[in-house]
Amino acid sequence: MMYEIRDLHLSLPDMTRKPLLGAAPRIEILKGLSFDVPKGAVLGIVGGSGSGKSTLGRAMLRLLEPTGGSIHFAGTDITHRTEDQLRGMRQRFQMIFQDPMSSLNPRRRVGGIIAGPLRLHGMDGLTARVNEALDMVGLPQNFAQRYPHELSGGQRQRVGIARAVALRPDFILADEIVSGLDVSSQAQVLNLLGNLVKDLGLTLAFISHDLSVIRRLCNRVLVLHNGEIVEESETATLFDAPQAAYTRELLAAIPLPDPYQPWG
Amino acid sequence: MSGYLSIRNLTVCLKSGAPILRSVSLTVSAGQVHGLVGESGAGKSMIGKAVLGTLPRALHVTSGEIWLDGVNLLSLSQTERRKQIGATAALIPQDPLTALNPSKRIGPQITRRLVDILGWSKTKAQQRALELLDEVHIPNATRVMRSYPHELSGGMRQRILIASAFAAEPKLIIADEPTTALDVTVQKQILRLIAEMQQRHDTALLFVTHDLGVVSKVCDTLSVLYAGKVVEDAQMNRFFMRPIHPYSAALLAATPTYTDPTGSLTPVPEHVIEYVEKEVAEHDVRAAR
Repeated sequence: MMYEIRDLHLSLPDMTRKPLLGAAPRIEILKGLSFDVPKGAVLGIVGGSGSGKSTLGRAMLRLLEPTGGSIHFAGTDITHRTEDQLRGMRQRFQMIFQDPMSSLNPRRRVGGIIAGPLRLHGMDGLTARVNEALDMVGLPQNFAQRYPHELSGGQRQRVGIARAVALRPDFILADEIVSGLDVSSQAQVLNLLGNLVKDLGLTLAFISHDLSVIRRLCNRVLVLHNGEIVEESETATLFDAPQAAYTRELLAAIPLPDPYQPWG
Repeated sequence: MSGYLSIRNLTVCLKSGAPILRSVSLTVSAGQVHGLVGESGAGKSMIGKAVLGTLPRALHVTSGEIWLDGVNLLSLSQTERRKQIGATAALIPQDPLTALNPSKRIGPQITRRLVDILGWSKTKAQQRALELLDEVHIPNATRVMRSYPHELSGGMRQRILIASAFAAEPKLIIADEPTTALDVTVQKQILRLIAEMQQRHDTALLFVTHDLGVVSKVCDTLSVLYAGKVVEDAQMNRFFMRPIHPYSAALLAATPTYTDPTGSLTPVPEHVIEYVEKEVAEHDVRAAR
């Protein structure tokens, strides 16, 4: 198992309701989630805004510390590990962010952006690794000399992917990585990610609000609603026979490019 | 001029002379919804901005006509144009959080337009605002009028902007990606609401979006843009049955649908890009003559 997650709880202080003196009341964001991510799985995590899908992702990468339950990554309990204890492992689980414009440093060249984490993890042969990563995401090697603003949205997102795969991680979390892209670049990035998962034997968690995209890429789907798992099933099952009322509502709300779709 | 909004051969350029919109023509009649689709950078938002006179400083209209309510906006002086636009057109913007002033209560933000531009009394404007909030199905309208934007959800804020757009009974509304920031279930409610309001008020609606799924739900006609040029003008049903231009067909093929079990996605192919780029280049040669 790549991940074993049991009864995961996470609450954050609600600063909008903090009294002048005293502690802020806490909002429960994740309300006891349990699921496994097997090695090599491509897990889709869907839900509306505020359902807790990004919070779940951040807890899995231990960017947030759970307030209850446990997270095991490749057999190791990482639930309450300190940053020092995590440092050696961080290379093994990586993230690709939603907005490449704000997750790529505008003052560094693409080569430097990809090499940064490699250097931090004490790897050698940086140029070779950067070139290899650019190859993997289908960008020409001379892109290492460019700045993020010189690239298109789809190309920037490829740089984000290259930065994650350059570390040769076991697990990648992709948080809404195609929601800012046009359909054509979206198709390219999804095809690329699908191939990388196969070629590198990656395990992937793919957070999205778009079920059409999930169907294209994932083999298992987790549907979140108000911090709880309302449905977990194989992708084909979810689309053919959705069990939860919320899943059906979500599916029915998607506008298909078809004027004859009964949509209300 | 037929149609409520009629754009004729509109060309918009950068100061350097590089064209952003290339001889765009389109018509939207009262009670009709016309979609503008294309990838980012295709110029779809710029058409709306050109109509509303809110083009960025770096851009200017080099030729063409924009007929709004029987008047060519481009033949008017700056002041007259503003008056004409203010009285007849309104915008539903993309991001409801940046479109509302975070330091002001909702009420005054809706009534200001009515008081300042149309010269209504404060009481009358307030009354109208309450009616409108009711029309966009906002419960507890009196309380919402006294709220600040951050106290409301994204869907609520978008409803307020819709109410505000319809406040002065405009004949034309430009909706610029009004649901991109919302999730699908809220998007559905908002699209229904826009359609309902548009029909009740018999408004002409220019609907800018990159989502062909959304177009198929709200529009009667549409234009597909590439590099500021209209590559296809179509009646909605025909477009989805039989797109004529290869670029339109490629765009449709690249749109993911959850009903397709193979879930295959095809990016717009190279040869289609070359084809449409060639058309654009030929247009520029003709325009230069």
